[in-house]
Amino acid sequence: MTSMTIDKAGPSRKARIGSMSRDRKWAMRWSYVFLTLFAIFFLFPPIYMFITSLKTSAEISAATNPWWVYNPTLSNYTELLTSNQFLTFFRNSALVSIFVVIITMLISIPAAFALARMRFWGSTTLATGVFLTYLIPDTLLFIPLFKMFATFAQWTGIELINHWWVLIFVYPTLTVPFCTWIMIGYFASIPKELDEAAIVDGASWTQTLLRIFVPVALPGIIAATIFAFTVSWAQFLYPLAFTSSVDQQVLPTGIITTLIKGDVFNWGQIMTGALLGAAPPLIIYAFLMDYYISGLTAGATKG
Amino acid sequence: MVDAAQPTIRPARARTTRSGLRKFLERKSTIAFFMALPLMLLIAIMVIYPAFYSVHLATLNKSMQRFVGFGNFMFLFKRETFWMVVQQSCFFAITAVIFKALIGFVVAHLVHNIPDKGQRKWRGMLLVPWVIPPAMSTLAWLWLFDPSYSAFNWILAHVGIGPIAWTGDAGWARFSVILVNIWAGAPFFLIMYLAALKSVPEQLYEAAAIDGANWWQRIWYVTLPMMRNIIAITTLFSLIVTFANFDIVRILTAGGPLDKTHLFATWAFRIGIEGNDIPLGASISLFMVPILAVAAVFILRDINKRGNEA
Repeated sequence: MTSMTIDKAGPSRKARIGSMSRDRKWAMRWSYVFLTLFAIFFLFPPIYMFITSLKTSAEISAATNPWWVYNPTLSNYTELLTSNQFLTFFRNSALVSIFVVIITMLISIPAAFALARMRFWGSTTLATGVFLTYLIPDTLLFIPLFKMFATFAQWTGIELINHWWVLIFVYPTLTVPFCTWIMIGYFASIPKELDEAAIVDGASWTQTLLRIFVPVALPGIIAATIFAFTVSWAQFLYPLAFTSSVDQQVLPTGIITTLIKGDVFNWGQIMTGALLGAAPPLIIYAFLMDYYISGLTAGATKG
Repeated sequence: MVDAAQPTIRPARARTTRSGLRKFLERKSTIAFFMALPLMLLIAIMVIYPAFYSVHLATLNKSMQRFVGFGNFMFLFKRETFWMVVQQSCFFAITAVIFKALIGFVVAHLVHNIPDKGQRKWRGMLLVPWVIPPAMSTLAWLWLFDPSYSAFNWILAHVGIGPIAWTGDAGWARFSVILVNIWAGAPFFLIMYLAALKSVPEQLYEAAAIDGANWWQRIWYVTLPMMRNIIAITTLFSLIVTFANFDIVRILTAGGPLDKTHLFATWAFRIGIEGNDIPLGASISLFMVPILAVAAVFILRDINKRGNEA
């Protein structure tokens, strides 16, 4: 198409294309300049975390150049990684996230399969409902949930508040709707012939799901798993509202409640803890960036 | 779930006595229902019930023993702090979303401009704020804004600008929470817009270039109409999330100074959980519902439209 129009336009057009490519080159140079500026804006807080994490308390309170480390030390890291308290937070966070991922997958994969492939009474309404649930924020639900758990303890004597494992029951409300929603999208994109062939060959619906849909939609499942893990790892409001004892806290609340004591801020350790807390999602992101991004964009583009 | 589906493997050997039940269990819709049952239970018990329960809670008095009707709402309407929170929530959400969308749009174009093989690297770097848990990154900002050791003020002092009370002064505190929210949220827009840009057919730009369109006309007449749906959905999503934000304000200012930076969520937490007034806290958080509902209706409309186009 392009070549045809160039032929028609003759030599004058050629000159313009030459100037356009020069414009392009300049546009590209400016793009790099501005991209660098934006990259600095987006990256300096984590870099500053890293710089501070290498400093001793003495160096921080001496108020030397905050953007430079004169006596780098790993003492903050060794101190935190050998402190039982911090390791408890880490363990709680890891256990909660892993259980939440498992529960989320067990609930959302069969449900997405049923909603994408097997119509039943009210299935379209349910699909819309799942999406709407995803739009209900945690900030709307934490007060009624808090009261519900208190009432539950009165009725059954099982205390849910102030136990880290209560988060395993709460977090799926954040992860399941979104994961189901993106899995519906992934399952719907699988050609119908594939499961029809399986059913004709005598496979049951469960077999179709496990032997065909799960392997074919594996990229989607990985994206959903990453999403569920990141959300559970990062959640801050629910642990803040539902747990208070030090040994029951997860990382985000643990760092804030134990490392910040009154007016004494041990910034070296706080930054180290925050960086270590941010490490698992960052590592996953570094290795599985494409899955991470596909999960992010699938939520709004697959419908 | 697995049990319900099991009989279909050997349908021929159905016993005559239990064939009715078995037929029912073998039906496709029955199996599907059981597969979706855990999802329905979860949504019903942990989302729908609490949502309605919070409406009920909002009509009780502080000790939750007496029905007061709209008493809590009337009480809120008379309080100055409430109107401040309404104002601040709207200002916070709208300003932050506009800037996130603008930055996302510009940076998406910049990334789209450079050669394909470099794009991955840049995209990877620019998305980092979105990956770090907000509670952790806000701590870094809190430290950057520290009253006595602020790294910003250190830089500003070198160009002769006096120390700024980033989280101490009401105006600056409002600016700070919005800035951090933009920093954390812009990468989401970037990635959505970049995906949308990639889906615009190259021929459209070629056709526009042949017609002599300049870069502004190309954006206005080609890019924006093609991206309209994604822009609308992303903005509405972000509006919901920003409006309901908790982490950033809670950690950065905890609502202060003098409740000037409270959002509905942080104020509801302060009153409901920390102040032990669950009904009043529930009433405050319920004020988020109208805006969320409007945004949700529009999102749903756009998503259905997309579905029909496909």
